[in-house]
Amino acid sequence: MTMDLPLVFMGLMGASVLAYVVLDGYDLGVGMLMPAATDEEQSVMVSSIGPFWDANETWLVLGIGILLSAFPGALAVVLGGLYLPVVAMLVGLMLRGVAFEFRMKAHGWHRELWNWLFWAGSFLASFCQGLMLGRYVTGFATSFGHWLFAIVVGASLCGGYVLLGATWLILKTEGELQRKAIGWARWGLLWVALGVGLVSLATPLVSATVRERWFDFPATLWVMVLPIATLAAGLWLWRSTGRLRDGALERHGRPFAAAAAIFLLAFAGLAYSIFPYIVIDRLTIWDAAAHPSGLRALFIGAAIVLPFIAGYTILSYRIFRGKAKAGLYD
Amino acid sequence: MEDALSLARAQFGINIGFHILFPALTIGLAWFLVAFRLVYQRHRDPAWLATYKLWVKIFALTFAMGVVTGVVMSFQFGTNWPRYMTTVGAIAGPLLSYEVLTAFFLEATFLGVMLFGMDRVPDWLHIVAALLVAIGTTVSAFWILALNSWMQTPAGHVRDGDQWIAGDWSAVIFNPSFPYRFTHMVIASGLTASFIIAGLSAWRLLRAPLDSGAARTLRAALVTAAVLAPIQIAVGDQHGLNTLAHQPAKIAAIEAIWHTERGVPLTLFGIPNEKEKRTDYAIDLPYGASLILAHSAHARLQGLDAFGADHPPVAPVFFAFRLMVGIAILMLVVSWWGAWATRRGRAAPRWMLWVFAAFTFAGWVAVDSGWIVTEIGRQPWVVTGVLRTAQAVGDISGAELGASLTGYILTYVLMFIAYIVVLTHMAAEGAREGPPPTSWPATGATARKAQ
Repeated sequence: MTMDLPLVFMGLMGASVLAYVVLDGYDLGVGMLMPAATDEEQSVMVSSIGPFWDANETWLVLGIGILLSAFPGALAVVLGGLYLPVVAMLVGLMLRGVAFEFRMKAHGWHRELWNWLFWAGSFLASFCQGLMLGRYVTGFATSFGHWLFAIVVGASLCGGYVLLGATWLILKTEGELQRKAIGWARWGLLWVALGVGLVSLATPLVSATVRERWFDFPATLWVMVLPIATLAAGLWLWRSTGRLRDGALERHGRPFAAAAAIFLLAFAGLAYSIFPYIVIDRLTIWDAAAHPSGLRALFIGAAIVLPFIAGYTILSYRIFRGKAKAGLYD
Repeated sequence: MEDALSLARAQFGINIGFHILFPALTIGLAWFLVAFRLVYQRHRDPAWLATYKLWVKIFALTFAMGVVTGVVMSFQFGTNWPRYMTTVGAIAGPLLSYEVLTAFFLEATFLGVMLFGMDRVPDWLHIVAALLVAIGTTVSAFWILALNSWMQTPAGHVRDGDQWIAGDWSAVIFNPSFPYRFTHMVIASGLTASFIIAGLSAWRLLRAPLDSGAARTLRAALVTAAVLAPIQIAVGDQHGLNTLAHQPAKIAAIEAIWHTERGVPLTLFGIPNEKEKRTDYAIDLPYGASLILAHSAHARLQGLDAFGADHPPVAPVFFAFRLMVGIAILMLVVSWWGAWATRRGRAAPRWMLWVFAAFTFAGWVAVDSGWIVTEIGRQPWVVTGVLRTAQAVGDISGAELGASLTGYILTYVLMFIAYIVVLTHMAAEGAREGPPPTSWPATGATARKAQ
């Protein structure tokens, strides 16, 4: 049996990036929400992400690892085109990662400083990731309009992560903080709706390839499932947070599930827009793919190990299920 | 182009030199934590639990530093060296990815259980978590050193068009220098961790002389170091002989042997003068290099002149090697002396605690000098005989590289200062409140004094 390995790895890289965006997205979102909370609430917020954030960030390493190993032909164009946003994102990720650890051990103005760096690093990393996405979708075009588009995508992704973070807090906290998180989630959702709407309208305008993909009857009728499902997930999220706010019986995990569904659908839309390109209009996944012998070696390892990773990741989320408490680090 | 190459190298070198500090500590520390946790399980002594809790927090902090600088490195493979991946990616890619798949997720996930799971999981699972993290750190060293060793002494690769692919994976992984390099690095990590644990425990004892937990931790670290240090020197010697067989140009640079000759003296110290091809102010031991490297006073050794222009720059390799060996010898002396002085529960005198504290980061200095020796010693190749460093570089402009290098350095300096400050604070924290309660009395003079 022969397998189309570049296609398999495209799927695997997509899955890693999606896992990264949803998982690290919620802890970046929690980071961005820090200034809106009191000292005590901040302690609960960091406790809610403490056991998970290292592993969440590992999905980014896996994603970039697959890009390096499976699609080396795209490196020079993709990472070259995104060089400065990538560096800024990495600086942001470094600052927030260590600030997260250091703030536990600091007091007084030191803690304030690390809190601020945790917020700033989370924001910088999120914004740069959105900026990279925006630049990537336009094939690294450099006109003013294309940059503006990328900045809008950056801001929208920040909104998306805030939404993930807030819905994560709805799941993991209770009382006053949870009530606040409901409010943040609803604001985040409005922001995301605006962002997704703008980006969906603008993407066909900035890219002819994407335009043809989406306005190609009768396929258009089928892919309209995506925006409609996204709208449904958004409404579901709005309704479930509304019910929670009014004290109705509602599962606390539902808003997060709905937010994750929005990301999944947006990601599917993006994949549909770009596939089979890895650099839009220039390189397909087969052009950029590594030597088949490397891909085979990689595939064997991934096929054996990924089920274990999935298994113990689930185990870890089960061990730390339930509401987070302040002072996990003391 | 020349500038971009130097900047790309400087950036990658600074990043890897900074990153390596943290895994070098966590690989060794993870096994210490397994031991601390098991000893606590057996004796139920709260002092060991306090030791475990302190060091698991330091581990988490160090691991976080390693993760975030490691993410940077994984991107820099692509940004700085795209042609490395397009030429040897079929070999390097799987090895790098195997590291992520088999080690990183394991470490990151079970670290959470180690840190926060003690009252959420049964004892056995808490111990298994510590064990899995330790295995993860070691497995990660396995893959990354397999790749690094392959770049130094490639084997098992075959050419296909303009790419190199693995003809025989076991030959690629177990290439000639791998067993030596892997052993050398893992022991280096054990020594680095021992000295940091000993140094910070001494730092604590200087503030709270009666802390029996810190005294026992100090003792455990000193004994470990005393055992590992001589083994490391023997392994290092074997590693050197292996390098002579496979990378003679590196050895010629390390020893500053300019001309191929018989009965080569060992230069203890001097200043290599690459222009004049001689070592100024050299202090030589006659026949020393021939004796050490070939076990015969009149053995012929290849000099730098045998390699034309294809040899590494001499000065950095020469100095870094002497720094590494010098520190290793001092570490041997300090650990033996300390292990002797603290035998059967004796308390180390105050001035000696200052010596341990001064040697806290000695392992880091040795590790980074060792990396300078081996990585600069590989130049001008990125993969010896296969791919030159100059061929692997990408098209990022010098300006972009310069700007990002500045950003990285500022971030690293900030992170490093904060890390050291937090580490010393944590080690001293609570010391003034007196020793933690102990239910395991009279293990030694310190503990007796405490009661």
